[in-house]
Amino acid sequence: MVEQNLRFRSDEPVGDPAVTVDAFADQSNATAVRIEPGDDARALLPHLDRLALVEVNFPTYGDGRGYSAARILREHGYAGELRAVGDVLIDQLSHMRRCGFDSFAPDQPISAEAADKALATWPEVYQKTVDGRPAIWAKRHSA
Amino acid sequence: MKIITGNDLRTGDVIWWTGEGWSRHVNDAVEAGDHADAIIARENAKQIVTDTHVVDAEQTADGVRPAHIKERVRALGPTVRLDLSLKPADPDAGNWVI
Amino acid sequence: MYQYDSYDQAMVDARVAEFRDQVERRLAGDITEDQFKPLRLKNGLYLQLHAYMLRVAVPYGTLNSTQMRMLGDIADKYDRGYGHFTTRQNIQYNWIKLSDAPDILADLASVEMHAIQTSGNCIRNTTSDQFAGAAADELVDPRPYAELLRQWSTFHPEFDYLPRKFKIAMIGSETDRAAMKLHDIGIQLVRNDAGEIGCKFYVGGGMGRTPMIAPVIGDFVPPLQMISYLEACLRVYNRYGRRDNKYKARIKILVHEIGADEYRRQVEEEFAHILTLNLEPPPAELERIKGFFEQPGFEAGLSDDLDLSDPDFALWVDQNTHAHKQAGYTIVTISLKPAGGIPGDATADQIRLMADLAKEHSFDELRVTHAQNIVLPHVKKADLYALWQKLDEAGLATANLDLISDIIACPGLDYCALANARSIPVAQKISARFADLGRQRELGELKLKISGCINACGHHHAGHIGILGVDRKGVENYQLLLGGSEGADTSLASITGPGFSEDGIVDAVEKATDVYLAQRADGERFVDTFRRIGMAPFKEAIYAKEPVNG
Ligand code: HEM
Ligand code: SF4
Repeated sequence: MVEQNLRFRSDEPVGDPAVTVDAFADQSNATAVRIEPGDDARALLPHLDRLALVEVNFPTYGDGRGYSAARILREHGYAGELRAVGDVLIDQLSHMRRCGFDSFAPDQPISAEAADKALATWPEVYQKTVDGRPAIWAKRHSA
Repeated sequence: MKIITGNDLRTGDVIWWTGEGWSRHVNDAVEAGDHADAIIARENAKQIVTDTHVVDAEQTADGVRPAHIKERVRALGPTVRLDLSLKPADPDAGNWVI
Repeated sequence: MYQYDSYDQAMVDARVAEFRDQVERRLAGDITEDQFKPLRLKNGLYLQLHAYMLRVAVPYGTLNSTQMRMLGDIADKYDRGYGHFTTRQNIQYNWIKLSDAPDILADLASVEMHAIQTSGNCIRNTTSDQFAGAAADELVDPRPYAELLRQWSTFHPEFDYLPRKFKIAMIGSETDRAAMKLHDIGIQLVRNDAGEIGCKFYVGGGMGRTPMIAPVIGDFVPPLQMISYLEACLRVYNRYGRRDNKYKARIKILVHEIGADEYRRQVEEEFAHILTLNLEPPPAELERIKGFFEQPGFEAGLSDDLDLSDPDFALWVDQNTHAHKQAGYTIVTISLKPAGGIPGDATADQIRLMADLAKEHSFDELRVTHAQNIVLPHVKKADLYALWQKLDEAGLATANLDLISDIIACPGLDYCALANARSIPVAQKISARFADLGRQRELGELKLKISGCINACGHHHAGHIGILGVDRKGVENYQLLLGGSEGADTSLASITGPGFSEDGIVDAVEKATDVYLAQRADGERFVDTFRRIGMAPFKEAIYAKEPVNG
């Protein structure tokens, strides 16, 4: 497990080490798994109910596969901790939150204050994703 | 010869290392010698220049001329808008580049 | 035209504030260039050969006169009095100071404009048909759909770090004026036999070093599922597009490698899942947006007659106007290609003049075309002569639309850091060589496109005649390509053979046109003749040894 630096959940963090997706398939008792960019997040879908932590690794910030992985997990009802680890930069926090990440373990720690500021940058959003924020189009037609 | 060039961080202007500072005129460029990397590291750290790099050049009778056409275009300005180049008054400035 | 509400405005305002903060941190030395570069690129700010270059988005190529005037004012206030309209229907400024960039973005935001996603591996500004809402052959006005797409793609959280840049074009006519099949996604609005509207998705086209024509992936996607289908197309690409090699990272390579059928299968699977998530904006949102694109208040019952007794005017009308859907109106294309000029460049004064003319004569609207010209989409025929006179005075009445001197040229080595050779001087020499309008009209429709390197920003693959600048041992060299096209008859040009010097390429172009003139059959355009007779006769003429004199 990588020490998280920012966490947006109130439950107790999981102590188990995250195993690889391959190892997870063979280990019926693992509760934490780590997804690499090339892994298929859908392979985890049959096991979501026993997962408490999914780490998604970003070896370089420019590799955006983890955003899709995160959203797919949330779209299929995963409710456990979803942690972005690796080359996670302040400018990406907002997008990552929108894709369902609720904890972060960046290589370069990010201060809570800076994170709050970054997350407040966009008052509204144009898309419906998995973070529950209403899209602008929903607000326009809510009356 | 090897000379050092870059861009002014604030304005984006193309600039050349003169041994003491930076100039917008390539003719002010000096041989960077063996210290190019050290100069670049030191100047980058000041956070006033960007995209610093070493280029090959030649000292000619008319002044310092970068070896590669791209660097000569950088040194002069767009050949299709000589009025905006560093030699707006010279109708033959284009020949300088090519 | 679309108008921002407080939500839209808040988005661009937030962006300006964010970038102002980032620039301040950079200028104060708090962040390094490595950290800052991706941030400035996300705002369309590049470092080019001479200075910073700012690329401003013109969503689906549409502007009102206030916006156009602002583009002119920015050119004066922050640049050197001109701007460059691009094949992506955007405008680029070449001499920007970093310290001014936040103020420029603020000025743009004040007229509902921005530079968001004009660079980077994200969904870029959507391009469209420059005659949208005006063309006589239009089935469906694509602009409301393009606006829906603009909003959906703006700060899309999942698709900001794609394998590579992503360009979408959207059209609603039979005639493709947007090179739709040469985009990552081309969406054509069509009608089925029952009269219903659908989106035909072409996915996996592109130019660059491996040009490809997009295959049809979705035949008839209901418009109210367009966003969901896009999510599916993009998600498959984001997950499986190649990231090991930047030159193989565009979606065209993915579609090519796994095949259109397999890509379609994956998209359909993802699409079925995404439909369950209700991500699609409601019909009321599309209706709201459509409300902004109602027809302007055309006068009914106007005559289509024109007094063509002035021969110069008659030529210009013949060459630079197109049929409008409303009787008594016409579509005017203002050529930014004067003989010997720089394709796509316009001075601040010209930009402001075009803004004024749009206000006076075109219901406040202008369009930027991918051929780097400007369109006034709704001009009353009764006003046409007066309009033409004003354009002529400002050097904007060149009557060369779609002729050999209506050249698309990328900035090339005069401005671009990636270039191998200069494009603009070649364009200037060709347009000077063929300056005689009679000669150009004799050659008929002939699309000539020049790129300064393999990246193909100047669409050379899609030129009836294409020119590609290469670096031959440090010397500029130009390859000639023939037979490309980017409309309904999209085809990729093939290379003739060894390259030429700058003057040599002008001669080679001339020889190619001579072959056409000698061989053409009735009604054939250059590209038609090429398709019929093939490369051989052209090659023969172009590479024939000059007879030795004496
Ligand atoms: C001056 C700075 C520019 C840079 C650094 C630049 C960079 C690039 C690169 C690297 C590609 C190849 C992408 C690939 O194959 O994956 C490309 C393609 C393209 N660019 Fe540019 N470009 C510049 C200016 C322009 C301009 C001025 C235009 C419009 C006139 C333009 C329009 C296009 C188009 C249409 C393509 C080909 C379509 C495609 O495959 O994406 N670019 N550009
Ligand atoms: S084709 Fe090459 S030279 Fe021309 S603008 Fe694109 S990257 Fe620059």
